[in-house]
Amino acid sequence: MIADYFQRLIEIFPFFLKGLWMTAIVSCLGLIFGTIFGFIMGVLRSQKVRLFNWPIGIFVSVIRGTPFVVQIFIVFFIFPEWGIQLNAFSAAVLALTILGTAFICEIVAGGIKAVPKGQWEASASSGLSIVKQLRLVIIPQALRTILPPLVGQYVLLIKDSSVVSVIGVVELTRVGWLTVVRIPEGLMVFSLVGILYFVISYPLIRLSNGLEKKLSVGQISL
Amino acid sequence: MLEGFNFRIIWEYMPLFLEGLRNTFLISIISIFLALIVGVIACGGRLSRWKFLRGISIIYIESIRSTPLLVQIYFFYFGLPTLGIRIPEIQTGILALMLNSGAYIAEIVRAGITSVPNGQIEAGMSSGLNYFQRMRFIILPQAIGVTVPPLLGQAIVLVKDSALLSLISVMELTRCGQVLTSERFMPSEAFFTVAFLYLCIYFCLKYLADWSQKRLIFKETY
Repeated sequence: MIADYFQRLIEIFPFFLKGLWMTAIVSCLGLIFGTIFGFIMGVLRSQKVRLFNWPIGIFVSVIRGTPFVVQIFIVFFIFPEWGIQLNAFSAAVLALTILGTAFICEIVAGGIKAVPKGQWEASASSGLSIVKQLRLVIIPQALRTILPPLVGQYVLLIKDSSVVSVIGVVELTRVGWLTVVRIPEGLMVFSLVGILYFVISYPLIRLSNGLEKKLSVGQISL
Repeated sequence: MLEGFNFRIIWEYMPLFLEGLRNTFLISIISIFLALIVGVIACGGRLSRWKFLRGISIIYIESIRSTPLLVQIYFFYFGLPTLGIRIPEIQTGILALMLNSGAYIAEIVRAGITSVPNGQIEAGMSSGLNYFQRMRFIILPQAIGVTVPPLLGQAIVLVKDSALLSLISVMELTRCGQVLTSERFMPSEAFFTVAFLYLCIYFCLKYLADWSQKRLIFKETY
């Protein structure tokens, strides 16, 4: 019986690979846009300009304080009421982008704050404009503190992308869900799904840990 | 964008939301408590001298951390019946949340214990304290202070994660939003209320976490 199910599971394995591909695309798009917007917002937030600080602070708390499922439902069911028509795929990418932006914004702002104040003063007195100060002096140093948690955040985003299955995006988790209806062997089906997620996430987790070790070596403590 | 926002329907469904809130509370508190036990045991295994125990703990921790919670929930939800175990959805959900958070808590506790400098342990050894005395008087008092703030952070994550239980039809807060949406088709009323209630929980826990961060972490004094 189990061998029979196993046989059928192997037969539909390409279906799983398709799901994996969908997961990769959705989370890749989400994390690329999230990184771009997150960096912009993080830099703005670190500048302590009142005009930006308030709205960004509220945005970040709201996104961090509510479950991702609820955010997805809001994007998928409520945005259309405001006239933004989205299909499941773009709703998924949009929701992941919003989530990624909020978390990456905090990481970037924290990294920039960790750069010693003297660096700001030194670069300002060298006559660099604020954009050049950021680009040439501050951000290269901040990247050291930003990179490890950023990669960690990517892992979280990939894992959170499993939740977009609830609005019908046929990604890996959804494939598992569709399969389990036909092959009633939940342990086997979801072990397979888990293994496929593991294959993407685990190397990234190792990368994050490795970066943390490698980048903290050069840090001079006074 | 909020014209036509129907407060009366929220009032009408208030008992349902309160029940959902109560269930979310109960699920979270029970799961975090059980997860603490699992986490401490797994951390003990992770730091143990026996290779076998260490191996099992590492496999447990890494496999949980690199797969999405939703897949874990489905794994138990569809998997347990195939083993002939039939338990209510809510218990399946608590089981999944417990094992999920347990792995993260194991890492938090481990970070706390390894944050105690080696010199402290050596000093304890040379004062003639045995293993348990060293744990009781030297390591734990310092480790607990470092551990509490991230544990509260994990509690926040757990409350948000419990929203995923709505997908296996546990009657918690997010599920209430889905019920209101399907009965009356009023998604904005439903999900904004749900999001608001989650935010209330989030801000309480966040306040607690910030406070503990200030109060409990020992600052080294020179």
